[in-house]
Amino acid sequence: MRTADDWLRLLEMVPDPEIPVLNVVEMGIVRSVHADASQVEVKITPTYMGCPAMDAIADDIHTILTPLAKEEGKSLSIELVYAPAWTTDWLTEAAKEKLERYGIAPPGTTADKRALNGALPDVRCPHCRSSNTDMVSLFGSTACKAHYRCNDCSEPFDHFKCI
Amino acid sequence: MDARFEYLLRLGDDALILGQQLGLWTGHGPVLEEDIALTNIGLDQIGQARAWLSLAGKIEGADRDEDRLAYFRTQDEFRNALLVERPNGHFGDTIVRQFLFDAYAVALHKGLSDSKDDELAAIARKSAKESAYHLRHSRAWMVRLGDGTEESHDKVQTSLIQLMPYTGDLFHSDGISEQAVGEGWGVDPASLRSSWKEVVAETLSEAGLDLPEPGPEQTGGRIGRHTEQLSYLLAEMQVLPRTYPDAKW
Repeated sequence: MRTADDWLRLLEMVPDPEIPVLNVVEMGIVRSVHADASQVEVKITPTYMGCPAMDAIADDIHTILTPLAKEEGKSLSIELVYAPAWTTDWLTEAAKEKLERYGIAPPGTTADKRALNGALPDVRCPHCRSSNTDMVSLFGSTACKAHYRCNDCSEPFDHFKCI
Repeated sequence: MDARFEYLLRLGDDALILGQQLGLWTGHGPVLEEDIALTNIGLDQIGQARAWLSLAGKIEGADRDEDRLAYFRTQDEFRNALLVERPNGHFGDTIVRQFLFDAYAVALHKGLSDSKDDELAAIARKSAKESAYHLRHSRAWMVRLGDGTEESHDKVQTSLIQLMPYTGDLFHSDGISEQAVGEGWGVDPASLRSSWKEVVAETLSEAGLDLPEPGPEQTGGRIGRHTEQLSYLLAEMQVLPRTYPDAKW
């Protein structure tokens, strides 16, 4: 019989639908896994309240885990929770490196005091590593990203919003 | 009537109606980036609405989920503030409406984060991060338009004069909000006015815009007394689920 840790490792097979280089555990979307004699309970939290990927993520988790849970005679329940609120600080350093290799500038930390006076953080271009970049728009291709441009290599890129 | 249900409808309907309005900008933004920004903010609002209304339905206990509440209530059952049902107008009108609402939402979500109701507090803490981000955007546009050309300045100054009277609902206390404060799970709308006004005054001063003279305020949204505009908006928003109630897509 699988333990909660075993189920968590299986959840690492579920990619984020919008950022497939990261799985839902690395993203910090999976908050807890609990397994008892009758059911496996997975708690997930959204990055943004209106993130349209949440339904797809729940479906993907069902597709992978439900048959395995059934083998053990258990049901799978997925619960959406809002507390504690998701923060970019939950992305590990390894996850941030993967993001940058994928072409998305990773978020800094929310502890960056400059955010308090509304100042924008220094964002490094994921393509040429230049810090000579400009924000084009606070909002980008998905709810969790802002749109930037590199002044050295002229490439546009996404920056993971820091919240 | 459960006061917490009514209170949650107010929170949910503000977010829902504003989100629907912003969605109408899809494909009509003045530039591509702004098209994306307005619809992203709209998406956040719909997400917040979903959380508030789903909690409202749970508290009501009458088997109404968030979709049921959004699509199968009539105009006089909606509890949104009159401000959010004002038409989109031109881009400046939408930005002023958004700015006036965002400055309120930041104060509201901060206050609600201390709610004794854990579920309510959780949604508020999550929403607070999003509303602060929205305010950063709408505030920047207020300064850009107010301090821009003579035309952009005059247009947003007029928008301000026209929209300001509709902010009344946001700060109007009544029996429901008194119960919310008394039982420790909600905030007093009137108490949000000073921090809201501070943000508004400071932004307008930077934007070179004049704070409109205080005048009579319109209220009524919180008790279901709405302007004509809401009925057109609901007709468009509700037609599909009402025509095909069990449709899945």
